[in-house]
Amino acid sequence: MTQPSAQPPAAIDERIAQRSKLRTMLMRPELGAMAGTILVFCYFAVVAGSTGMFAPDGIMNWGVVSAQFAIIAVGACLLMISGEFDLSVGSMIGFAGIVIAVLSVHLGWPMWAAIITAFIVAMLIGAANGYLVIKTGLPSFIVTLASLYILRGLTIYVSISTTRQTIIGGVREAAQGDWLAPLFGGKVLGIFFYWLADMGWIATFKAGNRAGQPVVDGIPMLMVWALALIIFAHVLLTKTRFGNWIFASGGDAQAARYVGVPVNRVKILMFVFSAFCATVFATAQVMEFGSAAADRGLLKEFEAIIAVVIGGALLTGGYGSVIGAALGALIFGVVQQGLFFAGVESSLFRVFLGVILLLAVILNTYIRRLITGER
Amino acid sequence: MTEPLIELIDITKSFGPVIALNGVSLSVMPGECHCLLGDNGAGKSTFIKTMAGVHKPSSGQIRVNGQAVTFANPREAMSAGIATVYQDLAMIPLMSVTRNFWMGREPRKRWGPFQFFDNEMATRVTMEEMRRMGISLREPNQAVGTLSGGERQTVAIARAVYFGAKVLILDEPTSALGVRQTANVLATIDRVRKAGIGIVFITHNVRHAMAVGDRFTVLNRGKTLGTAKRGEITPEALQDMMAGGAEMAELSDSLGGTI
Repeated sequence: MTQPSAQPPAAIDERIAQRSKLRTMLMRPELGAMAGTILVFCYFAVVAGSTGMFAPDGIMNWGVVSAQFAIIAVGACLLMISGEFDLSVGSMIGFAGIVIAVLSVHLGWPMWAAIITAFIVAMLIGAANGYLVIKTGLPSFIVTLASLYILRGLTIYVSISTTRQTIIGGVREAAQGDWLAPLFGGKVLGIFFYWLADMGWIATFKAGNRAGQPVVDGIPMLMVWALALIIFAHVLLTKTRFGNWIFASGGDAQAARYVGVPVNRVKILMFVFSAFCATVFATAQVMEFGSAAADRGLLKEFEAIIAVVIGGALLTGGYGSVIGAALGALIFGVVQQGLFFAGVESSLFRVFLGVILLLAVILNTYIRRLITGER
Repeated sequence: MTEPLIELIDITKSFGPVIALNGVSLSVMPGECHCLLGDNGAGKSTFIKTMAGVHKPSSGQIRVNGQAVTFANPREAMSAGIATVYQDLAMIPLMSVTRNFWMGREPRKRWGPFQFFDNEMATRVTMEEMRRMGISLREPNQAVGTLSGGERQTVAIARAVYFGAKVLILDEPTSALGVRQTANVLATIDRVRKAGIGIVFITHNVRHAMAVGDRFTVLNRGKTLGTAKRGEITPEALQDMMAGGAEMAELSDSLGGTI
């Protein structure tokens, strides 16, 4: 058994060219996103370096926007690697927000109960999406496109039929003193930033009713959520058995089933996770604005998918990286806010984004072919 | 004489009005390579799927180590030591060799309340098994897509052997391969056989069968045409049985007797 017969085992195949360390290091699914991130930062350092874009409050500005993108991109990333899409993310954001507002403001529920209910309902809808995709065998594109419309319509209907308007305010007041709400709308490390301001390392407001307070008075929970979700999803995907199942389900569901991977369960759970991420986004947004609106989250599903694709994931599943998706989200946030800092006409945002999307995906496709031997 | 690892007696299988198998018998001894030959549509696939637990036979008996068994699903067949390597569904090209090797049976290590994929152990075992099969990997993270077709089959075989297969069913492992790669796969079969594992080698290439086979069973139109030992039958006779005799002889003549 140990006796080699066809070829000596230790021999190095002469057709396998030896690769340098650097090349091996660069051969990662995230390469396109990394290059894009560097490019974007260099660009804005040149054109907007003097505008305060990279001062603490400037960083916070695009940091929060990037974190928003990252939260939904993480959910979309794992789902896409498992071989499915969720086009209902945007509608889910609007829906979850309205559920929270209607329950807490209109029906007077305690905020924590409203938030938990929104999470449960959204995750059940996510599970229903997944179950339908599995049971009907229809592409998730179609099934979740249907839920995109159904949820958006329901959201507007529920909002109007209960409060006769599509924007429900008063959430901040309803959240006063609640124990769960600060987990989404609060800020952490405030003391640290006051200390930084006292030391004169970050600026303080010079005038107005916040004079003397630091321009950045804490890390919003939104950013903490984004970071936590990125770390969780990255570890889950690359370091656990379940992560291997996610790759396998998206790579070839039938081959995975033959070796005992519970493909259906994996895919449904990923739909649930995507819904979870959308609800985190929705809750944080509702807490920040103090209101919910039925049209929130419009087009978010595409932005999430674009971030994931910039991050090197394969649209058809089985390949991708959470770190890449997070970088994709960062590019998104920096470009959207950066053009404002740079004083560039904001309609050019989409042009810029389209160009980056195209470049990153071309680079990613090339890299992926090298790594996976795809033809 | 030792007991067969698996024995299938008079298996029939019909799908509605279609009779796919009409009395097929076959047994596999430890360390034996049993070639199952047959033309397209002869019922080879249905038969191995019955053996692998995908289909339930309409009648007939399956014995494993002398005990009559029924498999409710492929998983039960697998835990009885019957592993199948499918021609094109063996591996996921986008995933690394290590991830493929352990797919569905990932080793885990504890870290506090969490369980993580034991990457170190997985990598070590994968590299070891690959070396044993004569495949030199550049690195364990190499995607399966970068391997040749023959190497992919070999990885799949190595995986099945490592996870305790006693009977290995190979579904046309050489049908899509070049000459050199075929030789490698046949060498792998030989190596696995010497470890005492019984092999069912499905093919319609008589030369590949003759190269490694100990016994040969020919299927035609859902029936066993008989089983012959190595040395008892010529390649020409096998070829004739597979194709159904007379008309094939005619065809073969017109092509200069080279098929």
